Amino acid sequence: MDYALIWAVLISIAVFAYVALDGFDLGVGILFPWFREEKFRDRMVNSVAPVWDGNETWLVLGGGGLLAVFPLAYSVLMPALYMPVIAMLLGLIFRGVAFEFRFKSRANKHWWDIAFMAGSMVATFCQGIMLGAMLQGIAVTDRAYSGGWFDWLSPFTIFSGLAVCVGYALLGATWLIMKTDGQLQGRAYRIAINTAVLLIIAIAGVSMFLVSHFENVADRWLNWPTSAALWLIPFLLAGIGSGLLNALVKKREGQPYWWALGVFFIAYLGFSISIFPYLVPFEITLWEAAGPDNSLAFLLAGAVVLLPIIFFYTGYAYWVFRGKVQEGDGYHD
Amino acid sequence: MLDGLFAQADAVFLARFQFAFTIAFHIVFPAFTIGLASYLAVLEGLFLKTRNPVYQKLYRYWVKIFAVAFGMGVVSGIVLSYQFGTNWAVFSDKAGPVIGPLMGYEVLTAFFLEAGFLGIMLFGMNKVGERLHFFATLMVAFGTVLSAFWILAANSWMQTPAGFALNEQGQYIVTSWVEAIFTPSFPYRFVHMLLAAYLTTAFVVGAVGAWHLLKEKRSEVAQKMFSMAMWMALIVAPLQVFVGDLHGLNTQEYQPAKVAVMEGHFTSETQAPLYLFGWPNEETQKVDYAIKVPGLASLILKHDIDAEVTGLDAFPRDEWPPVPIVFWSFRIMVALGVLMVVLGIWSACLRWCGRLYESRALLRAAVWMGPSGFIAVLAGWIVTEVGRQPWVVYGLLRTQDAVSPIDAVGVAGSLIAFIVVYFIVFGAGAVYMIRKMASNPEHTHIPEYARVPMAAERLYHEEG
Repeated sequence: MDYALIWAVLISIAVFAYVALDGFDLGVGILFPWFREEKFRDRMVNSVAPVWDGNETWLVLGGGGLLAVFPLAYSVLMPALYMPVIAMLLGLIFRGVAFEFRFKSRANKHWWDIAFMAGSMVATFCQGIMLGAMLQGIAVTDRAYSGGWFDWLSPFTIFSGLAVCVGYALLGATWLIMKTDGQLQGRAYRIAINTAVLLIIAIAGVSMFLVSHFENVADRWLNWPTSAALWLIPFLLAGIGSGLLNALVKKREGQPYWWALGVFFIAYLGFSISIFPYLVPFEITLWEAAGPDNSLAFLLAGAVVLLPIIFFYTGYAYWVFRGKVQEGDGYHD
Repeated sequence: MLDGLFAQADAVFLARFQFAFTIAFHIVFPAFTIGLASYLAVLEGLFLKTRNPVYQKLYRYWVKIFAVAFGMGVVSGIVLSYQFGTNWAVFSDKAGPVIGPLMGYEVLTAFFLEAGFLGIMLFGMNKVGERLHFFATLMVAFGTVLSAFWILAANSWMQTPAGFALNEQGQYIVTSWVEAIFTPSFPYRFVHMLLAAYLTTAFVVGAVGAWHLLKEKRSEVAQKMFSMAMWMALIVAPLQVFVGDLHGLNTQEYQPAKVAVMEGHFTSETQAPLYLFGWPNEETQKVDYAIKVPGLASLILKHDIDAEVTGLDAFPRDEWPPVPIVFWSFRIMVALGVLMVVLGIWSACLRWCGRLYESRALLRAAVWMGPSGFIAVLAGWIVTEVGRQPWVVYGLLRTQDAVSPIDAVGVAGSLIAFIVVYFIVFGAGAVYMIRKMASNPEHTHIPEYARVPMAAERLYHEEG
């Protein structure tokens, strides 16, 4: 059995689960500047407070999983992406504690609002930088990162960082559309339309940049057979994008989040095809990076049993907190 | 001397310092939340059984403190899962096939379980009814214990590696997962840490109860938490001394250099003395200003006063752990352990006389002992981790060979960032927790919805 390939798929699923779930709660933080009213902010935070911790666990699974099954990729990527990784972690610390602190602090609530907002933005921006840095390619010599301190920093990675910010803002806005009503929801609709248009432009921009500047990616986009798959993507994107805009304009409150997720999925697919089968683009393939088969098999046995259970009770937790979040929800009395 | 200091301040030293800093900050929170989650499960269980509102008040009181501590544990823990790679890339590449799956299981079995049910535990009282809510609390408590299981398995493998072979890339590959998980030191380390977490929580709870009793002697809620905490001190503290002794004997067998450093034994000798106090001098290889009991170390470690105890002279100089820090951390841990036992016995005597809540001396002592668990846990981890040096994987991979190919400037920069952020964030968290602990538990607000008996009834109301 090709354990490495199975694990590559599983970790891709974990990363996508992370993006889909933590994306909206990071997005809620990014949207704070557009919601200055305290009662709105309380409601926004309460809409994600019961689930954010589980959402971030997917990030731990991504890191831990990479270490477990692709130790070489982990040990090359982390030093290569050192600064954005550390900055992301610090951002996540600020926003993670702000969930509790902003309700605990009377005098400093304003500062924890800023921590929540800035932490969400920094974490998201850094994730976008890492995405861009991987597409750029990473220098490797003898099983170790051999690039410079600032290889991850380029106009392209800054652009991809901003693009992911826009994307998470869209996920956050569509989440708020689903979980709130009234004035808050109305504003979320407007933001969602703007960010949806921006995101689609950004994805197009990133794609053109890739094809024109990075040979490794361009080869795949322009040559058979990967080109066939990749040329389908713009059409899928156009279809899903118009579905999203349609749902937003017609105010079908339950739908936009799922359409937005569709846009992310297609972009993620494009990213995966652009670098497959490399885990450290374009130096180390997933088979080269894989640990010994028995490590992969050992953890796989657990994952096969546990992941469905995790999906089940995570789904249950979401179901418990289904429906609109009301003002004054939460246990903070 | 100064040259040596600067030569040491290289990337390896900074990476070690950074990891020590972030992991020391992190362990404080799990040490507290492992115990607190179990305590909350006990409180909720007792409430459901007895319907005594005191238990319900205690639950609502501590669950809010738990929420803050847990949040800080989560965010400081995410850092660690990435720091193995950012700072210890060679270690990650070589030991990843062993350590990685163990941590993978920790995420899959424990972290998701805790996170999945934490939301219901904190916010779901009015959504699921009390039995399901109790189930959620149990799952969170169970998750914290499972998490300790896996992470201590990983750590124990680094201390006493077993069940592995080397492949051609120089990676450790597991030949037997049972041996790799249940390494010789694992059972002792796991039980020792679990009891440490329970004691840490018990002494915090005891201190908070005592503090409120000093202000308001008749507070039923404060009496209850103080009483429960003192039972824990009486029963668990002596048990911990016993388990700690077994752990020490195990270390003596598998990591004798660590024990030599803990005891300050530079030379192997029979009738080895036990140093109660002193300053181990690595240059002269003697313990300065020593206060010692002749023969007692032989008796404790070998259970025979004439037995020879291995000293550091049995090991090459470049395989010595740093002596004074281990020597002193060990003494701090043991001294606190003894004080815990004393407090437990003292409280039992007063309880027997029916004066448990009357003695202001006991209450004051309990307040002072509030942070003792945290200090003992940190001291204990310093003993075992610094005592493992110069190895990251004992006897196999040196710490200096395990570091990432990054320069000192970068590590120093991120280290400063971590220090600043941690002091701001966790400082604020500590303030919020202490402020909450200072609030009167008698005034704990029990929301109306907390009394909705069953989920079914709730659903009935919704449909009606």
